Amino acid sequence: MGRRTPLYDLHVGQGARMVDFGGWDMPVNYGSQIEEHHAVRRDAGIFDVSHMCVIDARGPRVREFFSKLIANDVAKLTQSGKALYSCMLNEAGGVIDDLIVYFLTESWFRVVVNAGTRDKDLAWMRGIAPQFGVELTERTDLAMLAVQGPNARAKVAELLPAEHREAALALEVFFGRELGPWFVARTGYTGEDGFEIMLPADEAARVWRTLNERGVKSAGLGARDTLRLEAAMNLYGNDMDENQNPLESGLAWTVSFENPARDFVGRRALESLKSAGLEKKFVALLLEDRGVLRGHQKVVTGSGDGEITSGTFSPTMEKSIALARVPRGTGAAVQVDVRGKLLNARVVKAPFVRHGKILVS
Amino acid sequence: MSNIPADLKYTKSHEWVRTLANGNVEVGITDHAQGALGDLVFVEVPEAGKALKAGDSFAVVESVKAASDVYAPIAGAVVEGNAGLSSQPELINSEPYGAGWIMRLKPGGAPSGLLSAAEYQAHLDAEG
Repeated sequence: MGRRTPLYDLHVGQGARMVDFGGWDMPVNYGSQIEEHHAVRRDAGIFDVSHMCVIDARGPRVREFFSKLIANDVAKLTQSGKALYSCMLNEAGGVIDDLIVYFLTESWFRVVVNAGTRDKDLAWMRGIAPQFGVELTERTDLAMLAVQGPNARAKVAELLPAEHREAALALEVFFGRELGPWFVARTGYTGEDGFEIMLPADEAARVWRTLNERGVKSAGLGARDTLRLEAAMNLYGNDMDENQNPLESGLAWTVSFENPARDFVGRRALESLKSAGLEKKFVALLLEDRGVLRGHQKVVTGSGDGEITSGTFSPTMEKSIALARVPRGTGAAVQVDVRGKLLNARVVKAPFVRHGKILVS
Repeated sequence: MSNIPADLKYTKSHEWVRTLANGNVEVGITDHAQGALGDLVFVEVPEAGKALKAGDSFAVVESVKAASDVYAPIAGAVVEGNAGLSSQPELINSEPYGAGWIMRLKPGGAPSGLLSAAEYQAHLDAEG
């Protein structure tokens, strides 16, 4: 038996098919994954993401701590509540995890890391925190819900007390703030608008059911995966890990080299990789033949072989899509070894889908 | 609980077999199998005339989650694959024992080693 979130009984009661995900018993779907996917693209869906790990980092030098710890630059966080997506690297430039960090005050930042990596992440962070006098607290008292879709924010706002409603709806993209006992952030992992809500664990089931009653559809990890892949958002463990650097994982935009004085962990390794010349690049693929692209399939190109890191059938496009790491010189046309057959695929500009619209033709 | 019609035969690998009036058999995957796979999005069915041994992989069913082989419950020659599945793979989800059939086969001999509905249910219970 795996670990359970505060919503485990609710999922089982709603008929969810439960699977192991990073040591947690999580709902993969509540019936039809495709219907859940469409609900998020067209209306609103709710995901239990309580397995993710919320950590509060406190201390007067907490900004310096993150400046060292992560590859993106927290100097970009000038307004309270602003969030930053980043990788946390090892000395070799490999990705320990990807995370979101919120700047709340000069002595309090909040960071959210992946479920499957929580133990190693905490150990790594605790190795660096003492130099900066930063104290790390796991917020296991909080549940986390992701409410996503074009109507998601309005549905959540209806549940908030009047004095918080306006503040929630005024949140800009990639900002979060405390509203009473809730922390509400305009973030997500679907390519749609929406909120991620951290709230006391004992309130989660009531909020979930109330949102269901207002037409927000329960959605599982299956839909979460097809949605994030259509949005071309990386999944840790599939698209990057400790053996891959962010520059060859489509995450160069999250690495900030701008301040030459900022000595973040992994910087020197990435700089020597860059000066030696990167060998791979990270691309989005659209399958032109019939079939389904999957992780670990071989990508055959004129410049050598690459590998699919995540692949699926896109319910929105009704075609198969993938992310892949391929040789730097790869052109627009590639082939993928799908169960022994070479199928034609095309390198396209990511993302595939955003805010309900297909962006790739 | 998954649906296991009493008039069909089954395999441990979750195929079902229906004997048709002309002696041919129809083969598909069980309600349990379709539920475990999730929404089907792509099905590759065999071509008519293909000779199969019992246990040969004869079709691929792909769901949003994963690809899975479907195995011939008995030896024989393929009479036809279900062409309707290429545009509507979801028929396997909605009607696993009806319109979601995958192939029809002319058996090469008397079927053996198939499970009754009760035996298949016991197999599912044992798999947990």
